Amino acid sequence: MSGIADTVLSLDRLSVRLPKGADRSHALSEVSLSIASNEILCVVGESGSGKSMMANAIMRLLPNDVAIDGGHMMFEGRDLCAATPTEMRAVRGAGIAMIFQEPMTALNPLRTIGDQIGEMFSIHTDLSKADITTKVLALLTDVRIPDPNAAAKAYPHELSGGQRQRAMIAMALALDPKLLIADEPTTALDVTTQAQILKLIRDLQQRRKTAVLFITHDFGVVADIADRVVVMQHGVIVEQGSAASVLNAPEHAYTKQLIAAVPPLTAPPPRKLSDETILTIAGVSKTYRTGGFLGRGARVTEAVKNVSLRLPKGATLGIVGESGSGKSTLARCIVRLIDPDTGAIVLSGKDWATMSRENVRRETRHIQMVFQDPFASLNPRRKAAELVAQGPIVHGAPRAKAIAEAKELFALVGLDPSAGDRFPHEFSGGQRQRIGLARALALKPDVLVADEPVSALDVSVQAQVLKLLADLRQRLGLSIVFITHDLRVAAQICDLVAVMKDGEIVEHGLTGKVFGDPRHPYTQALLASIPGGAFAREHAAATG
Amino acid sequence: MDAIKRYFRSPAAVAGLILLLIVIAMAISAGLLYPRDPLALAGRPLIWPFSNPRFLLGTDNSGRDIAAQIFYGARISLLIGGLATAIAILIGILVGAFAGYYGGTIDNILMRITEAFQTLPNFVLLLVLVAVFGSTLTTVTIAVGVVSWPAPARLTRAEFLSLRNREFVQAGRTLGMRDIQLILGEILPNALPPVIVYASVVMAVAILLESALAFLRLSDPNVASWGNLIGLGRDVLRVQWYVSAIPGIAILVTVLAVSLVGQGLNDALNPRLKGR
Repeated sequence: MSGIADTVLSLDRLSVRLPKGADRSHALSEVSLSIASNEILCVVGESGSGKSMMANAIMRLLPNDVAIDGGHMMFEGRDLCAATPTEMRAVRGAGIAMIFQEPMTALNPLRTIGDQIGEMFSIHTDLSKADITTKVLALLTDVRIPDPNAAAKAYPHELSGGQRQRAMIAMALALDPKLLIADEPTTALDVTTQAQILKLIRDLQQRRKTAVLFITHDFGVVADIADRVVVMQHGVIVEQGSAASVLNAPEHAYTKQLIAAVPPLTAPPPRKLSDETILTIAGVSKTYRTGGFLGRGARVTEAVKNVSLRLPKGATLGIVGESGSGKSTLARCIVRLIDPDTGAIVLSGKDWATMSRENVRRETRHIQMVFQDPFASLNPRRKAAELVAQGPIVHGAPRAKAIAEAKELFALVGLDPSAGDRFPHEFSGGQRQRIGLARALALKPDVLVADEPVSALDVSVQAQVLKLLADLRQRLGLSIVFITHDLRVAAQICDLVAVMKDGEIVEHGLTGKVFGDPRHPYTQALLASIPGGAFAREHAAATG
Repeated sequence: MDAIKRYFRSPAAVAGLILLLIVIAMAISAGLLYPRDPLALAGRPLIWPFSNPRFLLGTDNSGRDIAAQIFYGARISLLIGGLATAIAILIGILVGAFAGYYGGTIDNILMRITEAFQTLPNFVLLLVLVAVFGSTLTTVTIAVGVVSWPAPARLTRAEFLSLRNREFVQAGRTLGMRDIQLILGEILPNALPPVIVYASVVMAVAILLESALAFLRLSDPNVASWGNLIGLGRDVLRVQWYVSAIPGIAILVTVLAVSLVGQGLNDALNPRLKGR
């Protein structure tokens, strides 16, 4: 695909040392790869594989106690490992530019977008003010931001996530860099926005013949965008090759495992649903009012609008939607962490929506919640067994008995029962999510509300936790409300799905039906935006 | 365990701890080394330090042994510092926890009260309290504690505000915990480290406040305290400056020790903030 002549950057046995006491001695060990102009090289790996560390090493922006301790990085005929800080400053931005995962934190909140993009020119060139303004507008037009004039004058918080990422891309491309490093640029974005940004990066790359080093954890994104692929595990490159060969004929066991863990889009064969309804949500609304003095200038946000749903006993109901669609607010209304304004939530004959706080506290063991963030949802100062035993203790179980039961639950969710004496930070992300699940199950709930329970996990861990959830619902006869933004995850585990947009349910029904034959244009758009959709379908057809 | 290891890795923190232990040792050994009443007349007045082996640090204007007063004064300073700090932190945590956890009207009321206390200069308020309630050791200790609580209250409130909406607190609520269980069992242990560190600042200030009161001869005159000794030395400051200087150094060393220990605790409990 590319000759040696137009190689833009080559890494030759690059090693990066971690400080003593880290989980391994090197973040990167003898990494060799090259990127040619006019190609997109995707670096794929799970968290901790060293892929972001590689991007920072190329920019020579490593933390103080981490250092390059071997190898070379050749860029435009010189070794970046040996470049002085002054030389590196000239390379950064002009020669190699970078875009980050979270555009909100990468942009200065106190300065306008136009100002920040213009800074690239005022640092690296001697253009006049007027020239800079024209160039900034041209760039913003180039990244297809709606109304470039207004965007240039806007502050970062005034733009949407997708627009901010477009502004970041404009900034990165300002000086026509030879190489663009994109570190998970679409991970924080909604799926429809992600599809647009991926298309934009591809278009710009083809027009400008830039080399792009694209870092991602998502094989769907790889399938959409990559020319060549590098797969990393524990700081070592385990496989590299053209996108087609790596995706369709992976050689290394780890690559195979990662690709197998990509959730297929097709729903598994439908399970038989019970006629008995366990949870009925009828006309639930929640409106937020913020700011304003005596009603003037107040902002009203209708987070949930007149939502009605029915959860059959033993079934799993998926609520899917993008950020801001109100799905998390709905989940919190169901467990009464938030009080709904109107409507009824009926669980085994009792209306939850209007129950007093004291009654909710007493009845709460019938409905339990699993949270999104396995790091934030466990009290860091309590031991794992204590965390799981807390619920029964609150509801009057003797402490020793509750702790003994907690150990049994550990086995149930696939944890070592003897691990109960350890603190949350001593567990991995997937293990912590299992603790969270055990805590919710300790009260033997009838309904489990799971709010994005696998979103913070790597794909391979995600697959394990989903398998555990499917297994538990079979064994314990659990009814589950499953909130997720990821349609691939929803397709795997849910019997029924409801698609939410701006607080309303736009479509709901059996998973196979909604995903196989979507009626609402929004559902169709969501399904079309899933990264690597075509690949996932082929992959599903090939394997099963 | 890790926190203890990190603490002993810092030379300044270890030095502070050693100094503090010396002051504590002085307080404990005062009765053994100087069995007589430290406020009893012991010899000629105004003997210079190191000139008479019986009075190593000399005598004050009324002929009382300065060394004995320094040793007994350590007791008073530590007692007032410790108790006043305990009072201030306790009130502070209670006010801050309720204000931060409940928010809204409760927060508004409690914070306005806190601000009312903060707008008055500490020392003026202390003078008023002592003037009204008298200057016994008990009233002075309580008064110093009562004027020192607003800062810990605000600190605790800030911690509670950031912690109360964390997922683990929500998880506790879905498990059916009562508010008081959430406040004491879930949030407080996580909010405590910065408050403990701040306690060292409160303690240092409490010791200084008591000394300042004594310097104005408004502290309890019937106990041997460092502040009282400085106050006495005021009359002979130009010639026999050592009467004020020696207890002054004792106060300096104690406050320094407490501050160093506080800084060490801060670095040990918040390792990520250290070394940028």
